[in-house]
Amino acid sequence: MAIRTQVSLTLNDEATDFLCEPRQTLLEVLRDELDLTGSKEGCATGDCGACSVLLDGRVVCSCLVLAVEAAGREVTTVEGLADGERLHPLQTAFLEHAALQCGVCTPGFLVAAKALLDRNPDPSEREVRYELAGNLCRCTGYDKIVRAVLAAARTMREANGGGGRARGE
Amino acid sequence: MHEIRYSAPATVPEAVALLAADGGAARVLAGGTDLLIQLRAGTCPARHLIDVKRITELARLEWDASGALHVGAAVPCWRLAEDRRARATFPGLVEAAALIGSTQIQSRATIAGNLCNGSPAADTTPALIALGAVCVAQGPRGSREIPCESFLLAPGRTALQPGELLTEVRVPAPAPRSADCYQRFTPRNEMDIAVVGVGASVMLGPDGRCTAARIALGAVAPTVLLAPDAAGVLVGTTLDDAALDRAAEAARAIARPISDMRAPADYRRELTGVLVRRVVAEAARRARGGK
Repeated sequence: MAIRTQVSLTLNDEATDFLCEPRQTLLEVLRDELDLTGSKEGCATGDCGACSVLLDGRVVCSCLVLAVEAAGREVTTVEGLADGERLHPLQTAFLEHAALQCGVCTPGFLVAAKALLDRNPDPSEREVRYELAGNLCRCTGYDKIVRAVLAAARTMREANGGGGRARGE
Repeated sequence: MHEIRYSAPATVPEAVALLAADGGAARVLAGGTDLLIQLRAGTCPARHLIDVKRITELARLEWDASGALHVGAAVPCWRLAEDRRARATFPGLVEAAALIGSTQIQSRATIAGNLCNGSPAADTTPALIALGAVCVAQGPRGSREIPCESFLLAPGRTALQPGELLTEVRVPAPAPRSADCYQRFTPRNEMDIAVVGVGASVMLGPDGRCTAARIALGAVAPTVLLAPDAAGVLVGTTLDDAALDRAAEAARAIARPISDMRAPADYRRELTGVLVRRVVAEAARRARGGK
């Protein structure tokens, strides 16, 4: 039996502890030990982005992070986006724009888009496409996803009482 | 993935002691974006991972009094790409760092890891070589410096001795009227690996003539190549078309690319000349004060 290590971290704003083997990825622990199955395993090589989570506010592929590396850090998964029953504006926009079909890539897109909007509340379409290049979708196509992210950005800026910066492009 | 032991030392001496004690079974874990894939694929036999991200000293991205940039071995690409002074001072290096993988990969992958992974197609390596950057390694017998162009010995093999840790990459202060540039060719705009990548830096005299240059070629040989002859033909010229042609020719002459799924060898050799021309011209434009 492999030695298991205790890991303490902040997961979706709550202090959390778990036991894991050093070889287990953060994705495996989230899904198999903590029952947070929103994050998906697509490629397991960091190419598809379906396992995207925030680690200290930066978007990472949780298949390329060992769970032990997350000790003492803040992790946000797609389960941490909604506020109780109230969906995050990105989630609402994805529904309104039909920005999903099978849904496997959706959690990763939502988390990556949140990371983008947290840093850049008023991205251009080009910026959205560039920043989300690490998330692959095999059915909806990217257009609706990009439109949903831009719409969510507008909603969030209006909610914050600003029209956004003047765009120089 | 096979069973592994994980250590997260807080200091460089602790990390070096762990590396030295475990001989060939230990590997340094920084961003993990190459290493964890290799472990899962069974192509890396490491039994002990030494995570260097808890070492404060290795997380620093700092400028010293001379104007040199110190990039700690645990600094992820995004920190370099978002650093204003780095963008203004070493735009070519920042370009290279910002090209690696996706936003997700940028959050984790490090410049030092890009070097240590030892790929001949690594994007930051030609940019670092063009800038005359130096690798600082700490081992059981002290520290030593290795020029970036001597760091790679073969694909996946570096000059680090057993027990040695790459602690930082130091980029010397830029000379007046100098600038760098890095470009690569890929079939896709993002999330791809260089078919050919070229880094260059040029320095101009007060009369606008080139006084020094460095050119490095990626993905055209088993290791990233410094191209001294290509750089040498530029010195004394105004970096006009004829000079760029001669540099392109000299670079093509030392390229010894392979044919693989990305491109045939002939195509890579031709592309080497094209990119050398473009990259030197852009570095020159920047050195003349163009934004």
